[in-house]
Amino acid sequence: FDISLLRVEIMGENSNNILRDIPEAPEDAIFGISAAYKADTSPDKVNLGVGAYRNDAGEPVVLKVVREAEIRLVHDESLRKEYLPIDGLPQFRTLSAQLLLGKDSAPLREGRVAIAQALSGTGALRVGMELIRRFFPEGTRVVSSNPTWGNHKAIVERSGLAYSTYRYYDPATRGLNLGGMLEDLHALPAGTVVILHAVAHNPTGVDPSREGWDQILAVVRERQLVAFLDCAYQGFGSGCLEKDAYAIRLFAESGVPTLVAQSYSKNMGLYSERVGTITVVCPTAASAAAVQSQLKKVIRPMYSNPPRNGAYIVATILGDPQLLTGWRDELAAMAERVLAMRKALYDHLQKLGTPGSWEHILNQAGMFTFTGLSPAQVESVTKNFHIYLLKSGRINMCGLNSSNIAYVAKAFDDAVRKIPASM
Amino acid sequence: RRPGRGQGMAAMLRGAERLAAQRLGARAASWWGHVEAAPKDPILGVTEKFLADPNPEKMNLGVGAYRDDDGQPVVLDCVREAERRICNNKFMEYLPMGGLKPFVDESLKLAYGDDSAELAEGRVAAIQSLSGTGSCRVMADFMHRFKPDAKIYITVPTWANHHNIWRDANVEQDTFRYYHPETRGLDFEGMVEDMKAAPSGSFFLLHACAHNPTGVDPTLEQWKEISQVMKDKGHFAFFDMAYQGFASGDFERDAASIKTFLDDGHLIGCSQSFAKNMGMYGQRIGAFSLVCADKNEAAAVESQMKRLARPTYSNPPVHGALLAHTVLADAELKKQWYAEVKGMADRIIDMRSALRSELEKLGSPHSWNHVTDQIGMFAFTGLSPEQVDKMYEHSIYLTRNGRISMAGVNTKNVKRLAECIHSVTTA
Repeated sequence: FDISLLRVEIMGENSNNILRDIPEAPEDAIFGISAAYKADTSPDKVNLGVGAYRNDAGEPVVLKVVREAEIRLVHDESLRKEYLPIDGLPQFRTLSAQLLLGKDSAPLREGRVAIAQALSGTGALRVGMELIRRFFPEGTRVVSSNPTWGNHKAIVERSGLAYSTYRYYDPATRGLNLGGMLEDLHALPAGTVVILHAVAHNPTGVDPSREGWDQILAVVRERQLVAFLDCAYQGFGSGCLEKDAYAIRLFAESGVPTLVAQSYSKNMGLYSERVGTITVVCPTAASAAAVQSQLKKVIRPMYSNPPRNGAYIVATILGDPQLLTGWRDELAAMAERVLAMRKALYDHLQKLGTPGSWEHILNQAGMFTFTGLSPAQVESVTKNFHIYLLKSGRINMCGLNSSNIAYVAKAFDDAVRKIPASM
Repeated sequence: RRPGRGQGMAAMLRGAERLAAQRLGARAASWWGHVEAAPKDPILGVTEKFLADPNPEKMNLGVGAYRDDDGQPVVLDCVREAERRICNNKFMEYLPMGGLKPFVDESLKLAYGDDSAELAEGRVAAIQSLSGTGSCRVMADFMHRFKPDAKIYITVPTWANHHNIWRDANVEQDTFRYYHPETRGLDFEGMVEDMKAAPSGSFFLLHACAHNPTGVDPTLEQWKEISQVMKDKGHFAFFDMAYQGFASGDFERDAASIKTFLDDGHLIGCSQSFAKNMGMYGQRIGAFSLVCADKNEAAAVESQMKRLARPTYSNPPVHGALLAHTVLADAELKKQWYAEVKGMADRIIDMRSALRSELEKLGSPHSWNHVTDQIGMFAFTGLSPEQVDKMYEHSIYLTRNGRISMAGVNTKNVKRLAECIHSVTTA
């Protein structure tokens, strides 16, 4: 007699089993690739999937300044584990705002900036979208680039807002379709929220030039749109924090309504600590205070208050001149390694005489490159060479290193020659 | 006086710019101009009041965070040890969406029992969550997605944020009787009546132990009856367990309500928080679980839980999970933890006795039995909002529903607390 059967029967009949017939969710595309890579037993396998930094030995890296900050925190007996305020660690918020907007920022000086600690970039976007849904007119739409990070659509729709895209990537040039982008933005109704990648566009690596940004700002201003900058790679684009903040500061100073989602996952390597910020640049100090209070109202029923550890690490580093310098150096080194890999991949493909143009590898910026490989070519590379990348052809440059770059180049060469491109 | 030509142009241009900026400012102001300042959170707002008070004898009896006898926050020794072990040791790559699985497994053992059949059969879908709030929110979102017509029944009173959570998840809510103001105990008849009156298959939010804010828990016998009633009506039981170990000092005893329901065959849901019992308030560490009919269902359900996490935070924070796992998975540390939690629970029980005895010593005309009858971190004093406001004048901060966090009471301040309560209740 199996009592567990009896239990299920009793519950089955009159129970309102909400769990019956729940379909299995499709695997998340990006994390699914990591899973497949893990399961692969080939000694030659290469993971060019998820966006996390790797050093030349293919190892994940914890920054020296982060280790140093961790040690200081562990030994600080005065630190407890109390709840942070709903909007996060105060010094973390202040220092993050300065990092994004610059110490001389007019909005900061004028007290017009609402900023809350968030669960990294995802959490920042989610809270920002929730705020927009509550206070913007009914029917407000959010647009993002085509293509964009897969989670943008999910976050926007999860927040109950309509989502669509604007032209961005030009497959022909593997660069920016600025004209198409400006046209699409120009056609948007006033009040549309435009997600813009502040630097190191994910997944394409294609960023507007400074002139391009000026033109984008002009359209946003003229058409009374709202700018929501997604900043997940400050410092990873050029290696310089200030340079990479150009677009953010341009919009923040412009008077155009601006939100910023910031993440420390990549540039401080704090991926799993989930640390970032949501910033809203407001026209007056009074409206900033009101917005701050409403940000808290969104957060409290989501998770009450944010996790401490990551915020303390960031605040420790940003607040200590020596650690801050150390961070700049380590960040520059990471960015330089990526640039070196771009050059190396390009050189290898040139040497192999791989058909097609590969300049875009040099022109694109940040952690990712949109190779231009078709889904079929990607499949071939994965199946025959155990190289894992997204179906879109996106590769994480950090997955490349001096030991595997020749191998990867060969694989791309093989796929491009064997399989006709449908680009 | 008319300016020279060049100056005139410049002035004109500046004027034009200013006008344009004004217009721009006006346009920009219209986006956020209608946003009103939100009222302060009733619980966390009390802490803010407290912090602003310059009185050296001020008392914070608002937020439910444990304090030692010196009124100091406490980091558990077992947690400090865990910290030392993991420091400089861990990589920080993303956790999976469902969190740190070894942590989740250990957490489930605490709630369901080491010998749980449900766990052995792989029937429990679970993810790491952002403490109790995060767990409840995932539950609410899950209900909204998979049972959009369902209503959640919530006790009167309850933790204020419960209402916010289900509201923001767009789930209809209703209440059921729980607290009996006259006896300052459980309104068991009212509770059962309301459960019987609710449409079959309704969802009920139950506090597994140490009810917040009242401190009033059903007896084991009453739990058994509640389980029967809910089974007969085919109701769904969602247990919010934020104080396991903190109520009686015994982890198994504090989970007895859950065990009762599992033994009776209910397929329950459970929110676990390690904020209080591990003192890891700021780490945001907990677990959300749903007991399913079989392994396949559990797999599907778990995949859908993760799908809810992805657009909210992608994957949960690692630090608290590593600390909690380190403690739970090490026999010595776990034993040490049990002892430390018992110590905290015992101190609170002592303070309950002390407060009641001080009030009785003062000759209060009211009955204060409820102070020692109630269990867990909170005491529902019975003070009215107006009386609470008078307590603020004494620099004693509690929430306006009359709830005090016993954790904020210690041997140094219990007398003054009694005197002030006595004063505002006999005026």
